[in-house]
This record gives sequence, C-alpha cells and structure tokens, in this order.
Amino acid sequence: MTPATLLLTALSSLAVNKLRAGLTLLGIVIGITAVITLMAIGQGVQQSITQRIESLGTNLLFVRPGASSQGGVFGGQGSASTLTMEDAIAIQDPVFAPSVAAVAPELSTTGQVVAGRSNTSTRVYGVTPEYLEARNFDLSSGEFITPGHVDAASLVAVLGSEVAETLFGNREPTGQAVRINGRQFGVIGVLESKGGNRFFSLDDQVLVPITTAHHRLASRRTAQGAFNVQTINVQVADLDRMDSAIREVATVLRLRHRITGEDDFSITSQQETIETLQETTGAFVVFLGAIAGISLLVGGIGIMNIMLVSVTERTREIGIRKAMGAKYRDILLQFVAEATLLSLGGGAVGVLAGMLLSWALNGRSLLGGQPTQTVFSGEVAVMALAVSAGIGLFFGIYPAMRAARLHPIEALRSE
Amino acid sequence: MGPGMIELRQVTKTYRMGSVDVHALRGVSLTVGRGEMVAIMGPSGSGKSTLMNIIGCLDVPSSGTFILDGEDVGSLGDGRLAEIRNRKTGFVFQTYNLLPRLTARANVELPLLYGNYGSGGNRKRLAEQALERVGLGDRIHHRPPELSGGQQQRVGIARALVKTPSLLLADEPTGNLDSQSSEEIVALLQTLNEEEGLTVIVVTHEPDIAASTRRVIVTRDGMVIEDGPNPHPRRAGPFGGPRED
Repeated sequence: MTPATLLLTALSSLAVNKLRAGLTLLGIVIGITAVITLMAIGQGVQQSITQRIESLGTNLLFVRPGASSQGGVFGGQGSASTLTMEDAIAIQDPVFAPSVAAVAPELSTTGQVVAGRSNTSTRVYGVTPEYLEARNFDLSSGEFITPGHVDAASLVAVLGSEVAETLFGNREPTGQAVRINGRQFGVIGVLESKGGNRFFSLDDQVLVPITTAHHRLASRRTAQGAFNVQTINVQVADLDRMDSAIREVATVLRLRHRITGEDDFSITSQQETIETLQETTGAFVVFLGAIAGISLLVGGIGIMNIMLVSVTERTREIGIRKAMGAKYRDILLQFVAEATLLSLGGGAVGVLAGMLLSWALNGRSLLGGQPTQTVFSGEVAVMALAVSAGIGLFFGIYPAMRAARLHPIEALRSE
Repeated sequence: MGPGMIELRQVTKTYRMGSVDVHALRGVSLTVGRGEMVAIMGPSGSGKSTLMNIIGCLDVPSSGTFILDGEDVGSLGDGRLAEIRNRKTGFVFQTYNLLPRLTARANVELPLLYGNYGSGGNRKRLAEQALERVGLGDRIHHRPPELSGGQQQRVGIARALVKTPSLLLADEPTGNLDSQSSEEIVALLQTLNEEEGLTVIVVTHEPDIAASTRRVIVTRDGMVIEDGPNPHPRRAGPFGGPRED
C-alpha cells in the first residue's frame, strides 16, 4: 500500500465513527492543551523571575560573612559578624582588586517608620552612594545619599516606592520628615519602582547613610570593635572579569583576616543566584508539564481502548482484506495509521488550543498575584506533536498487532 | 484437459476444536487442469469448504502436497500466501464479503491496493472495466446496501476478476440468491470459463449448478468419493430452466 492510500484508508475508517473518533481525539486534545498552557505559564514565571533579578545588575558579587562557630555554637550562613567597613574600603583598592568597579557595603535592620498618622514596618538599609549604581536603582524624585551624608552620618532617608506610597499616598515625600525607630529623618528622595512579589519586594525598603545606620539605628561591632557591615555589594567592571574579581576579593579578605584555613566569608555572584533560581524554577516547569502529561497518558489509553474495540468490530473487514491479499504488514500499518492519525490530530488541535489559551492568559493575574506573562515556545509545540505521534504509535501498536495476526478464515467467519 | 493447474496429493487437514481433533480432509488427491470448470459437491461437513480454502491459499494443508501453477504452496509462509491470493486466485464468497461503506468500485479496487497495480487512476480504471464485464458498469458508485443480492455477488465476482487471476474459486456463490439471480451468476461463470478460458471451481450443493459444469467432484467425510466428467453440461440462462446443448 502506498502512504497516500494508507492515509486515505485510515481517514475513511475513522470517518465512519465520527463521534467516537472525536471523543478519542478529545482525550489527547485536553492532554496537549494542558501541557502547552502549563509550560507556557511555567516558562513565563521563570522568565519574569530571571528578568527581575537581572534588572538588579548581572555583574554583581555579594560578599557575606561565613557561618559563626564561636563558643561551639554554629549559626547559619551570614550569622558571623566578620566583615567590616575597612574590608569594603580595602576591596576598592585598584591595585589589589583591579576588576572591581564599585563597592557598596550595606547594613540592615528593621525599623518602624512613621510619617504623621501613617506608619509601616520595613527593612532599613544603611548604604553608601555607590549602592544606587551597584544595585541598578533609579530615583523617581529627589536625590540620593551623598558622600557628605555618609561622612556626617546625616539623618536623611531615601524611601522605596512602596514605603513612600504607604506613608504619603499621592503627596510628594521629598522634603517631608519621617521618624525611624523614634528618630527624625528628612526624606531626600524616592526610588523608582522595581516590582517584585509578595515574598520579595524591592520597593519595600528605606535607605539611610551607612554611618547613620551604624551609629543611630543598629550598632553592631565585631569582637575587635570594628565597624561591622553585613553585606558588601561588589560591582565588577566587566561581565567577563567575574572570576578574576572573585579571586581578587577573596585574596584581599584572606590577607586582611589572616586566614590560613577555612574562609570566614562567602562570595556569590548574581549569575550564580540566577542559575540556582533557574534550576529551581526549571524543575517547577518540568513538574507542571509532568502533571499535564498524566492526562496525556490517559488519552493514550483511550486510543488503545477504542482501537481494541475497533479491531473486534472489524474482524470481518480484516478477514476480507487478508483474503484479498493484504499481508501482516498491511493490516498492521492500517491500524497503526488510524491510531497515529487520532493522536496526531488531537496533538495538533491541542497545540492550537494551548497557543490560544496561553495567549488569552498572557498578562492576567493568576491566583490573585502579579500579572503572569506566558511564554509559548515553538520547541514545546514541536515536542508536544512528537509526543502525541509517539503516543499513537505506542498505544496503537498492540491493537494493530492483534488485527494483523488474525487468521483470514477465522476472521471471515466472524459476524 | 490442459496442463495441471492444481495438483493435490494426499492432502489432509486437521483442526483442533477444544480437545477434539476434527479431520476435515483425510487424504485428498486431485488434479484440475487449466481452463476447466469444476463443481465440488457434498453434504455439510464433508470438507468441501476446507478444500476450497486450501486451493484458495486461505489455509494450508496439515500434510500432503498442494501444487498451484507449478508452485508448492503447502510450504509457503503467510506473506507469500497473501501474495498468491492477491495475484493468482480470485475468491467469490457465499455471503459476498463486500465492505458495506465502500462503493462498488472501491470494493473491486480493494485487491489492487495490496499488489503492484499502478497508480490510483489506473486502479480505478481496472475496477470500472471489471464491473463492466459483470454488467454493472452503471452501478460503480453504489454501495453494497443499495444493490440487490445478485448485483452484490456480481461486485464480488468483479473483485475476483479485477487482477486477472488464473483461477476463480466460488464457495456457494448462489447460496443466498433467488433462482433467477442464481442463474445469472452461473451463466456469468460459464461465460468467463468458456470465452476467457478462466479455470473455475464452484462449491455448491445445488444439483442444477453442478449440472452446469463439465466435471463434478463429490466429497464425503473428508474424502473424494466421486470424480466424473459431465459430458452434457446444462447451459444456464437468465430465465433458467434446463436446456440441453
């Protein structure tokens, strides 16, 4: 049989039972639609998380203290207070660390921020002027903390956009006064919104000069009494120099801390953070796809079921075809073609439906959260079609073999 | 009698039904020459249908040899048997065995799908010619349920003829037909045998039909008990009635 005849025969056989073929098709359509849509949502979430983190700057290193083990008690990562302001200044040295473009140490604490009758509880970060550029922030109004503010430990604050809105509503915060943990601060600027989600918002924060944070809000000192910082943000001159920057920073800190054994600090890059997140979200996307894949499996079993019924019903037809000279292979191919046509047809409709659904869901907020972007990828579509064809082959081969094995005389005798 | 078209030597066929062995054929030896028209008669269960199935390559003997057109068929595998069914033998059934949802032409075209018979256009032309030969040139687009029993059987004959076989086998071809349609079918088989030299074997238990052939073989209990010439075959005609040549 030529492929064209095979296709026509399969099509006309399926056309005899249109409702049955349609319902069987539906099983695959639902499965493929679910896979395509869930993958589109998953990939959209993955992309938006990655983009949000990339918007903080990709050529960034974070230096944090290592785990503390004083007095035999182990704290978590970053629990030790080993990094100092002097460390941050040393890293900035162009001779020892030529790959470093800017260094922005920070010190954080929680604070009760009050303006008039409004108040909110938020994180307060003590930062230096370099913070704005290193963390890729922009100002929506006012000005940022200046070196003068840091030197004088001025009582000035820059508000995150969310904090500004909570405290001042539509009014302009710049030039107003707020009270942080009971001390009066002048608002000098407001940060541009970065977005975020309910777990992790970059807009819910207040920035003050690092010296102010140290002396007025959260005095923390090392065992030796030095000016303690929590994180040192390091902006690397060039994305290609990340590795050398990590080496340089580590060398400076080891020398300063007189380390011969295990480091008392850790350096992670923004890129590593992104990669870790992508691994996590990638697993989440695959998990979503796998759940949808179960419905595809059910659809495949539906095809097998219908094909088995069809073989039983058409035993006589098979006998006639065999009596006319059809070989094992001819009958096998005919039934496999029918099963594959069903699943591939269902796959094609499913891909279209999945595309439409992804498009309709794009930018809508699912589960009451942030608007979700959906990413429909051609790769997933091609994969879905291949999988649906594979399902037809896999679930169609057994019924087809049963049909092809029938003895012509016995098949002709059946009613 | 021409050269041996069919040669059976001590052919047996044993079926197993449950725990009992059924001996359908108990050693049949038979030769049919090219161009012969033979009737096989016998009561139900005498093995005549089994004999037909073996000659038609739908089944293989349990023992003995069966040579069709010089080829030892008993030793062939399923694939080769299917090829022989497709090329050499045309089978006509009592119950027509047409596919009800296909048109007459598509039914006749069916055997051509499983062999080397050229393009779709060529196959359709061959099918139309075969339908014209059996007098159904005006029914090519009808489906079996829209045709009378006699017409359906003629579609069956056209389907057997379409690949120009060397042997036409008819298993009780008139068993489901009224006497007038039966006469027409027998007349058609006679014409194909006499005018086109086709070897025809008919299984029947109607004496009228057996009387229309030149040779009658009688089977009983899986054996041939009578095999004799019929010097004055009855000429079948559309309006029936015995008529001596």
